[in-house]
Amino acid sequence: MNGDGVLTGEFFMMGDVACAEGAISAGCRFFGGYPITPATEIAERMSERMPRVGGTYIQMEDELASMIVVLGASWGGVKAMTATSGPGFSLMMENLGLGIMTETPCVLVNVQRGDPSTGLPTLVGQGDMMQARWGSHGHYEIIALSPSSPQELFDLTIRAFNLSEKYRTPVLVMTDAEVGHMTEKVVIPPPEEIEIVPRRKPTVPPHEYLPYRADDDLVPPMANAGEGYRFHVTGLTHDERGYPVMDAEAQERLISRLVEKIRRNKDDIIQLEEDGLEDAEVVVCSYGISARTALWPVELARKEGIKVGNLRLITVWPFPEERIRRLARKVKAFVVPELNYGQIVLEVERCAAGQAEVILVRHAGGDIHDPQKVLEAIRRAAR
Amino acid sequence: MSNEQAVNLKPETLDPKPESHPMNYLLREDRLPHIWCPGCGIGVALSCFLKALQKSGLDLDKVAVVSGIGCTGRVAGYVKLDSFHTTHGRAIPFATGLKLANPELKVVVFSGDGDLIAIGGNHLIHAARRNVDMTVICINNFNYGMTGGQVGPTTPTGAITSTSPYGCFEHPFNIPYLAAASGAVYVARWTALHVRRLEKSILEALGKRGFSFVEVISPCPTLYGRWNKQRTGLDQMQYYHDRGVIKHGIDPKEVDIGLHGEIIEGVFVDIEKPTFLDFYSRALAESVG
Repeated sequence: MNGDGVLTGEFFMMGDVACAEGAISAGCRFFGGYPITPATEIAERMSERMPRVGGTYIQMEDELASMIVVLGASWGGVKAMTATSGPGFSLMMENLGLGIMTETPCVLVNVQRGDPSTGLPTLVGQGDMMQARWGSHGHYEIIALSPSSPQELFDLTIRAFNLSEKYRTPVLVMTDAEVGHMTEKVVIPPPEEIEIVPRRKPTVPPHEYLPYRADDDLVPPMANAGEGYRFHVTGLTHDERGYPVMDAEAQERLISRLVEKIRRNKDDIIQLEEDGLEDAEVVVCSYGISARTALWPVELARKEGIKVGNLRLITVWPFPEERIRRLARKVKAFVVPELNYGQIVLEVERCAAGQAEVILVRHAGGDIHDPQKVLEAIRRAAR
Repeated sequence: MSNEQAVNLKPETLDPKPESHPMNYLLREDRLPHIWCPGCGIGVALSCFLKALQKSGLDLDKVAVVSGIGCTGRVAGYVKLDSFHTTHGRAIPFATGLKLANPELKVVVFSGDGDLIAIGGNHLIHAARRNVDMTVICINNFNYGMTGGQVGPTTPTGAITSTSPYGCFEHPFNIPYLAAASGAVYVARWTALHVRRLEKSILEALGKRGFSFVEVISPCPTLYGRWNKQRTGLDQMQYYHDRGVIKHGIDPKEVDIGLHGEIIEGVFVDIEKPTFLDFYSRALAESVG
């Protein structure tokens, strides 16, 4: 380990642990959380590592507190994270909304398990994808990333921190029990090879500082508490001063900026992995562990002569609408395997808008898809 | 109040024709007038807090105020400090994150009884247990004011509110007992009438290392008082005058508040013990090095 806390080297590492190491490599120095299967290993790793890198670990009384302690820490000037699974994710929705409204950078990891309610604590699910999009009340845009391997859990946790600072918003890492508990080779690069986005600080003296006056990219610079800016922050609709304003005009101005700062920067935020889409007639659109399950059936289908390609959503939210629309104009069908009864498939259908068939391969979770079922769907799509 | 200012300020500092109030530099004047009703005690408690802050000698750039939701939750919006108006009940865990991320800060939670004791009750007891270094000022007006005077966890048994039209059927929390049992190092209660003692307690609380807690019994003539035979702020202040009893050091178990009973005030707990950060840094020094 070097001075930055980066554990440079090659490891045989569990996904949850790689997530914690990704956070530390990104500069995270505060973790507040509550134990929950299958995310607990992230908290355990952070409890061991935070003190050694000059950070703080605190185990809160519940997930309501875990989410907001992270917001408090972020305003204290420290990069901060929490991690949970479905039931805890539900409790975090309240203060995720506060984080969005107050434009507080932080990272929330959801290691999804079988659902709903207590569901299958130790087994995999992908049922929280729409909750990630709409779970907190009100209209907002969110950034959510979906890793498919422990290495990617490391990489995307760093990216999540960078996006959260760049766009001043909470960022979700939507992984699952399979990826979180999988142990694989993880390479942690030297710190100089890791891109870190620092917090955008005010360039004006305190008496001129307006905490919610945005730069041209719609993102306002952020002062931390204790730096002499004496700013006010509220979850109420507010103006550039951060003061509550209770009228329709202020609401329109604030909400449109919060939404547009994400929408206008989709090209920067959206990350996809494409394979064999050039001449594809069928596109398997998947994410997280389901994208790995899809690899083998795609290979088998190609051997059968079916022109099938892979589109893996590394960024799930904001949804890659344009890419799906363009593909829909030239392919016959999309096949969407997911560990729920149809969530991301709804977005694919919306964007395909009837121009291509959309086939869901549903599975309620508990284990991964039977690859044969994905293969059958590809065959059906190709007919 | 004018006499009190004259006492607290040296005569030579008094401008005979002041352009603004001497505490205005601590307030966001561009947000005034405030939303509180005539006769409400929140402004009184805020004045006491600001005076205590002036006397404390604290670097105001390093003082942060955190509020939850409700009438008292609006305090954060009026103080000219780093100030956070958070979600309902969650001021304390937000303040915990702020303090642990930047231990240089003096973090003050200023919120109401519904916010801190009902929806935020779990956070209160755990922050006290951990002895996180912060000062909590809890306005107790026995009801939910912002939403129109509903029954709450501090409403005395028998009291009429908009959702207890036949009288409150529940036992109320004894807040100092709760804070003390949970581990607070400083616990005091004063009414909004006893401003000098309240100010002194807030000053003492600000000086404590660890979780300090000051309950302020506050009039709500618009709602609670009106329905419980204390129609004006003055009636409620008269009641505090007539039935307020100072008993420093009394076992907080004994300070329950009944519908028309006495209100026991004073400093009930004032002890020292290691804070969360004391333990954290000690453990680090011993095992991590």
